[in-house]
Amino acid sequence: MTEGASAFAATAGGSLLALPILVPAAGVLLSFLLGGRQAERIALALMPVQFGFAVAIASLIWRSGQPLVYVLGGYAPPLGIALRADGFSAVMLVTTSLIMPAAGLYARTNFATPNDGTERRAPLVFWTLLQAIQAALSLIFLGGDLFNLYVALELLTFAAAPLVCLDGRPETLAAALRYLMFALFGALFYLLGVALLYGAYGTLDIVLLSRQIRAEPAVWLAAGLMTAGLLAKTALFPLHLWLPPAHANAPAAASAVLSGLVVKGSFFLIVRLWFNVLPALPNAVPEAILAALGSAAILAGSALALRQERLKLLIAYSTVAQIGYLFLMFPLASGPWSAEAFSGGVMQALSHAFAKAAMFLSAGLIAESLGHDRIAGLGGAGRAMPVTFLALGLGGLSLMGLPPSGGFAAKWLLMKASIEAGQWVWAVVMLAGGLLAGGYLYRVLAPALSGNRPQLKSPPRRSRENVALALALAAVLLAFAPPTFFAFLQIGRPAAGAALR
Amino acid sequence: MSSATLAGLVGAALVGLGLYGVIADPQPLRKILAFNLIGSGVFLVFGIVARKGAAAGLSADPVPQGMVITGIVVAFAASALAVALTLRLFEETGRATLRPDAGTKPPDDGADAE
Repeated sequence: MTEGASAFAATAGGSLLALPILVPAAGVLLSFLLGGRQAERIALALMPVQFGFAVAIASLIWRSGQPLVYVLGGYAPPLGIALRADGFSAVMLVTTSLIMPAAGLYARTNFATPNDGTERRAPLVFWTLLQAIQAALSLIFLGGDLFNLYVALELLTFAAAPLVCLDGRPETLAAALRYLMFALFGALFYLLGVALLYGAYGTLDIVLLSRQIRAEPAVWLAAGLMTAGLLAKTALFPLHLWLPPAHANAPAAASAVLSGLVVKGSFFLIVRLWFNVLPALPNAVPEAILAALGSAAILAGSALALRQERLKLLIAYSTVAQIGYLFLMFPLASGPWSAEAFSGGVMQALSHAFAKAAMFLSAGLIAESLGHDRIAGLGGAGRAMPVTFLALGLGGLSLMGLPPSGGFAAKWLLMKASIEAGQWVWAVVMLAGGLLAGGYLYRVLAPALSGNRPQLKSPPRRSRENVALALALAAVLLAFAPPTFFAFLQIGRPAAGAALR
Repeated sequence: MSSATLAGLVGAALVGLGLYGVIADPQPLRKILAFNLIGSGVFLVFGIVARKGAAAGLSADPVPQGMVITGIVVAFAASALAVALTLRLFEETGRATLRPDAGTKPPDDGADAE
């Protein structure tokens, strides 16, 4: 195995892996120290830097064709901790570093510090926590040690939960508290699983563990606990109850980050767990359970979205449904179609991140311009703010899985894999989910594009509309990803070691 | 029964009790206490794991101990954040409960935390 030799020694350029974690963390500290307007300036200034790191990491992986490794302090695992980046980590890093500045540019209007320099709490917290989310996500995408990943998961929760209740209304406080409860409960389950794995094998390094792991009761128990905990954080049906109120009540820019990126953090760890730590287990049954829950999420989430009266809640329920698609990659992950299924799952994560961020930002503009986001009151709004509704519609295109869009590419790959694998049921669920998504988007777009122009409280700012539109276009452009992109996703893909089975 | 088995059973009992509290009680403060009970159970399991390392000839495996300390810090921070949110909720609404019919406005999905 080629990865064997290099999994515990730093590769050339490996020290780059520490920067996307350290720089935003330093930004958090500086923002706290300097406060006021400086928090916004630091956050916005570091975002292009972060994008630079992500692109540099991706290009190093592309050139070497190997995962990047960095061994912290020169202590090799199991004593030390390794950071590792494969193709999947790199695309998630790049996606994060693109959506963060979009949310940041959009939020400048809502979270500006007044010109006289008086410090207000909401902007300071928003800009600081945005950087904290970035640091925590980088650590999740790069971490190579299961306990280290636990800490990253908790950092992500602590940064994300307060964003829900920034405006301090009672219902947002209740939503944030419920979110926090689910997340803490999930984290403890994950931690208990980590304890059991350490007790059984004496190491928590992902590569070391994957070589030693055997199908025994302690491992099954640990896998079950960790997966259940991560599912609670990912809001997979039936553990989704916290998500709609939390994501719908947060400020639009925060919703975009929470729905687009934060839930992908814990999803990423579920992929790490089953693909990198446990590929040696006979895992057909648990993976079928994950996909069954995903299917239930698609159907229930879409059906609930159809019944919502508020636009932001509808979009939040559609997140519940779209999370379900992510889990359809699991039962298809072995066999000759595994590369397709893996690419489909990753593509779904990326396209949903862009599309959902675009939709939440558009919904925020609609709510600000109309003064409400009741779907019944959207009549004719599309004539008054066409660019906003274009962004909303293009994002919806990707959710439905219509070509050309990233969502289409994702669902096409997953559907192809499920038919090749002879597991037709997932393909049927995907088609039904696409129809239902068409239904709930029609409810929003059809009245908005007909009827009389409503009176706007204030027209949306062009620059903010363009941010939402750019994100929606990114989701569409993913459909044109070249074959080299899919080859890149396979770099370091652990099921390449499917010979272990 | 060896002391390790006993500690393991106590840890399991703590996790079970805490889990019941987290699921069944709508009072956030009690949920936070129950959450800390689960935490204590998990840390006890880490303790046994450290002793297992001791059976391998080490006086005690220091890695799980380090993890427990980190875990305690994280659990403390989590509790503090949750208590702060609960207090703010109480200040705003005059009551601190996640029961949907009790707030000023029910959450839109009408669901209590599981």
